[in-house]
Amino acid sequence: MTAALRIPPRSVGVGLALSATLLALLVVSVGTGEFEIPPGDVVAALAGQGDRSTEFVVETLRLPRALTGALVGAALGIGGAIFQSVTRNPLGSPDIVGFMQGAAAGAVLEIVVLGGGAFAIAAGSVVGGVGAAALVYVLAYRGGVTGYRLVLVGIGISAMLIAVTDYLLTRSTLDQALAAQVWLTGSLNGRGWEHVRPVAAGLAVLLPVAALLARPLRTLELGDDAARALGVPVERARLALIAVAVALTAIATASAGPIVFVALAAPQIARRLTRVAGPGVGCAALTGAVLLVGADFLSQRLFGDVQLPVGVVTGVAGGAYLAWLLAHEWRRGAG
Amino acid sequence: MSGGLEGRELTLAYDGRVVAERLDALIPEGSFTAVVGANACGKSTLLRALARLMRPRAGTVLLDGRAIHSIPTKEVARRVGLLPQGVVAPDAITVEDLVARGRYPHQGILRQWSRGDELAVRAAMRATRVGDLAERPVEELSGGQRQRAWLAMVLAQETPFVLLDEPTTFLDIAHQVEVLDLCAELHEREGRTLVAVLHDLNHACRYATHLIAMADGGIVAEGDPTEVVDAALVERVFGLRCKVIEDPESGTPLVVPAMRGRAAAGR
Repeated sequence: MTAALRIPPRSVGVGLALSATLLALLVVSVGTGEFEIPPGDVVAALAGQGDRSTEFVVETLRLPRALTGALVGAALGIGGAIFQSVTRNPLGSPDIVGFMQGAAAGAVLEIVVLGGGAFAIAAGSVVGGVGAAALVYVLAYRGGVTGYRLVLVGIGISAMLIAVTDYLLTRSTLDQALAAQVWLTGSLNGRGWEHVRPVAAGLAVLLPVAALLARPLRTLELGDDAARALGVPVERARLALIAVAVALTAIATASAGPIVFVALAAPQIARRLTRVAGPGVGCAALTGAVLLVGADFLSQRLFGDVQLPVGVVTGVAGGAYLAWLLAHEWRRGAG
Repeated sequence: MSGGLEGRELTLAYDGRVVAERLDALIPEGSFTAVVGANACGKSTLLRALARLMRPRAGTVLLDGRAIHSIPTKEVARRVGLLPQGVVAPDAITVEDLVARGRYPHQGILRQWSRGDELAVRAAMRATRVGDLAERPVEELSGGQRQRAWLAMVLAQETPFVLLDEPTTFLDIAHQVEVLDLCAELHEREGRTLVAVLHDLNHACRYATHLIAMADGGIVAEGDPTEVVDAALVERVFGLRCKVIEDPESGTPLVVPAMRGRAAAGR
């Protein structure tokens, strides 16, 4: 029972299984493509034992892409877990309540109006995402923020931001629209080490913070009054949690575009796997990484030579999942 | 300074709507205090103020002689526990997990889970008889079982003061009695000071050792229920004509509402 109350053994098992799956997926996705490399050679190349051309393909071309996918997936998984827990609502995910739409509007504004380069577009998306989050928080604030209000305000803001993005696209040239569309779908194509580093650094800082906040977060789930009575500084803790989740989502979006579905589904899938209530931050991160690397692998292989942006795959999967979730919640009377 | 929980000259307001003015309330240490009154008389508000969930516009709540808002919130949480009204458990949470979350104020970054936590959780589940339900999801339990599980969460907090905001609302009569019997047992056996906002005056009379009756944001009577409850008080507090007789089971006051038109005629 002691162990059951700290980290349940099932969660440890699920965590290990997810880690193993992630490693296998990474090796397989690094090994496949126009130039096939057997898994053994991939591992050898990673250990610095492969031949030069293999090492070039692995370390310069494919590994950064796979790693970006894993890190972005993990960041989205944690961001989603925190948000769904703070709002006490499986729909309270950054890709539903407007942050990704804010990031998209910011990036498209940069592409169409300001005409900045890749870095400026990433910065525009961060500003847009954080701005949307701040707006939703302020509008939902009435002596405190409740989950339901945050989700509803977020969906409203999200719709307005999509309109802004669409308007900007009608004002754009064909080239700009094309560039914007590629960014808006969310893609891991052509990701190099310069994309891996910022996400890795962001996760290195924010993951320990998220872990520290996990206990107050679990207590917040009991409701504001109960949490306050238990000694949680409710508004301060919630603001800190939202800030961490927004930062994680912003970094992920700046690196790979607004990839939907991962933040929404990863925490829910992780919870069903571990069968533990509450935000399992670690397992949600691993599930997010597996989902995104897996989706990217599929997006590169599904249609032969035609390489889809990963956002198309997560978008299709996400739409189906969202429909199921809404129907499910509706039936429970919680929708 | 003696230990205790006390409100002094409290003015309590929500968004400018004043609920109570210059209210003095003393919770006798070691008592089972019931706070009763009509709907919207300010009884839950008083409880929230005593639990530092709302900040009084004027006046102070004293915990062990210190202003409660000047004490770090986690330290208060080791002295005063609260079961709020209408709590909803997180999805899929088990009874044991819920009860364990009551240990929050005893834990810190470096002290995550200890033998003491373990023992407190077990003792709380034993006292509320939810040990057999430990692995069950809270949402699958009956109303009475669910309230017992939440009570166990508050007990695991191991606070000398336990505040309960309408712990019997939405329960059928058997479950109401079950929860109140349990409260009385905890009061007697564990020596905790209990403060419960109760709807039913007869329950308050039967179980409480101290009664605080409120009307329009003020306290109109306080003391041993046997001494303070009579027909005049009930009429003043609830606007209800009644007879007060002796409860044949417990000897405490029992309020029997008058029938329409009969009370005047029968005088």
